[in-house]
Amino acid sequence: MAESKLAAGSKIAAPPRGLPAWLEIPLGGILVEPGNAVEYRTGSWRTRRPIHDPARCTSCMICWLYCPDDAIVVREQKVVGVDKDHCKGCGICARECPVKGAMNMAEGGAY
Amino acid sequence: MPRLIGLTGDGATAEAMRQIDPDVVAAYPITPQTEIVERFAEFVADGLVNTEFVAVESEHSAMSACCGSSAAGARTITCTSSQGLALMHEVLYIAAGNRLPIVLINVNRTLSAPLNIHCDHSDSMGSRDSGWIQLYCENVQEVYDTVIQAVRIAEHPQVMLPVMVNLDGFVLSHSVERLELLDDEQVREFVGPFQPVVDLLDLEHPPALGALVAPEFHFEHKYAQWLATDGARAVIEGVGCEFGERFGRSYGLLDLYRLEDAELALVVLGSTAGTARAVVDDLRERGIRAGTLRIRCFRPFPADEIVGALQGKKAVAVMDRAGTQGGEGGPVFGEVRAALHTRGVLLPVINYIYGLGGRDVPAASVARVFTHLGQVAEAGKVDRAVNYLDLRGWN
Ligand code: SF4
Ligand code: SF4
Repeated sequence: MAESKLAAGSKIAAPPRGLPAWLEIPLGGILVEPGNAVEYRTGSWRTRRPIHDPARCTSCMICWLYCPDDAIVVREQKVVGVDKDHCKGCGICARECPVKGAMNMAEGGAY
Repeated sequence: MPRLIGLTGDGATAEAMRQIDPDVVAAYPITPQTEIVERFAEFVADGLVNTEFVAVESEHSAMSACCGSSAAGARTITCTSSQGLALMHEVLYIAAGNRLPIVLINVNRTLSAPLNIHCDHSDSMGSRDSGWIQLYCENVQEVYDTVIQAVRIAEHPQVMLPVMVNLDGFVLSHSVERLELLDDEQVREFVGPFQPVVDLLDLEHPPALGALVAPEFHFEHKYAQWLATDGARAVIEGVGCEFGERFGRSYGLLDLYRLEDAELALVVLGSTAGTARAVVDDLRERGIRAGTLRIRCFRPFPADEIVGALQGKKAVAVMDRAGTQGGEGGPVFGEVRAALHTRGVLLPVINYIYGLGGRDVPAASVARVFTHLGQVAEAGKVDRAVNYLDLRGWN
């Protein structure tokens, strides 16, 4: 987590990195800063993994649109692969991809 | 200057709420609601308060609206009774777990079935483990004083927990008693402004409340909540003491009556304590060393204080105005007995389940509990642990 903006001027202390002890957790389970879902590594749930083939991909962005975890990595308007920390292996990208073979699911979570 | 008037428990509660002038009152304004909200709605309509009154479509919604408004930094109060509290049950845990300092005034009435609208403690005892602080009042004056104190207890930065103020249905809610009212200014000064620890509308640092908490964090949250609840004992005493210094009526966790040199002790909650005092006076005149211990604060449970007060007694009777179907005796009995046993104080303790569904509790019946208690003290052991006061066909 980036240095919490809140910790400076706020009454609420930001939790430290790692797994904090009970007294280090903010009151009432509040999230003290926005956008911290990025901290949650949903990639650890993965039992299958999408394999992207840039040779076939047309960068139509369908997979980017459908991915529930925002795990399709796009650079300069081209799909370049999958965010391994957050891709949970649901297979939606491969199912929705209109180009045969551009995104295929393979068994096993590890890349 | 304090004013002396005659008012019901409902009226006194509404009056305290008018003086507190909360930011939001969300309530379900029909049965099982009591007159409190009806009276308060009149204050709103007459422009006597600045409160946003939210008339919702159920008690579940009432507590949900209270959670939202409290999280947004608004001082929030609601009232309910009986089935209404039961319908709030799910959301009670959310209020406590999210550390929202809502004040709820609950008129103690039994839960259906059989359908009955009269007093017992089965409603609030059903939510005793929901994480709310629970205070039980003996008379209308205490109801009024406690509603005012509840705001300070709930919002104390070391507490930040919801508080349930309980008053016995009809016995207190609908009976006119002598009441000493404080000035509006005195009340406003005592409660002060609400300074929320978490404020969802803090645009500089917008937090999120009620998000998913994974198994790696849930247990730690619950522990923090337990410690805050435990720590509330000192705050309840502190606020009750400060109230006494300012207005002449002090309150604590327990209320002891002629207990110090007593041999026979009766433990009781709520309005029955008044009857028990009269019985104690009568017994004392006849040379029987009787006394009462009224538990004002049931959550957090003041185990050390109770054991300290009961230590050295010959026998103890715990009065429960609720049962635990299938458990051994009532909820107060179980906890008092466990507290004594855990601390190695092994004295005979009996339980009386009484007054369910509004069954009257005359002095003669309380006197019979003391008679039984005398026999237990003499024998030095419990003959029958769980007893039912004035139940026809039981002996
Ligand atoms: S849906 Fe298929 S073709 Fe379209 S960008 Fe994704 S991988 Fe490439
Ligand atoms: S498998 Fe699911 S989570 Fe992973 S990239 Fe594809 S759509 Fe996103």
